[in-house]
Amino acid sequence: MIRHLVSTAAFALASAAALAAPITFDFKDPKGVNNVRFDLDAPLESMSGNANGVTGTVVFDPANPAALTGKIVVAANSLKLPNATMQDHLHSPNWIDVAKYPEITFEVTKVANAKTTGTDTTADVTGNITIKGVTKEITVPAKISYMADAMGRRQPNAKGDILVVRSEFSIKRDDFGIQAGQRGDTVGADIKLSLALAGFAPKA
Amino acid sequence: MVKALPLILRATAAVLLAGVVIWWAVGGAHRGWSMNRVPINKTDEITGIAYVEYEDRYVPGLEVLGGGAGTAVLLFGLSFLFRKPHSNLKPSP
Repeated sequence: MIRHLVSTAAFALASAAALAAPITFDFKDPKGVNNVRFDLDAPLESMSGNANGVTGTVVFDPANPAALTGKIVVAANSLKLPNATMQDHLHSPNWIDVAKYPEITFEVTKVANAKTTGTDTTADVTGNITIKGVTKEITVPAKISYMADAMGRRQPNAKGDILVVRSEFSIKRDDFGIQAGQRGDTVGADIKLSLALAGFAPKA
Repeated sequence: MVKALPLILRATAAVLLAGVVIWWAVGGAHRGWSMNRVPINKTDEITGIAYVEYEDRYVPGLEVLGGGAGTAVLLFGLSFLFRKPHSNLKPSP
């Protein structure tokens, strides 16, 4: 009887520990839905495009969202615009220089003001963003949604959790040497970035 | 042939202007730069993530409309260089 109670308690503790353990989410989405949208004021119409070459991992603990860590990588050559000539300019050395700087990265260093309601957490995420070889520390607002056992609804026969991360913020073009020195009345000084990313943690 | 040149230039200008306006309007009357691919907005049902898929299709923009209209105006203006000169001689009574 005592042995049975001990083994039950041990199983319960192990299960609780497993549930509370941080989960690693892979942000390489097989459906290619993950994307970073960018908007930049320019003459005639704003330049709006997106990048979907997203990879990276994020470690998230549903019991402690403030302990979030991770790194998101965006392939610079996945930056797309509806106009092919403009896209060539965007990839060129004056703009992003995708040949020399193939990756845009954001690495989380700190999470503050985390507030959780149900499965959604809002927080101020601080991290190092690297664009065109220039690294700056920024703090951005983020909404993190933890969707337990949701992978099966998206991919048949798949088991696991999904973590959706959303954030909107602006960066200064000049800070990263993008069209450096170009006047703000011809190309906007700020680039608005909107991230909508889903990470996956498959279960056996 | 030279006599008909002003008429040919004006007719070409009219056809060009009408053609470029119709092409721009039928192409969606896009009031921005031309597009080589058209963004189609979609939403992932499970995650709710909004994303864009591109459809390879050319959409003429305002620079095409402006270029066509400008060329038509140029052709129309050129037609006046080939006008028959007015005669100063008064018809004899």
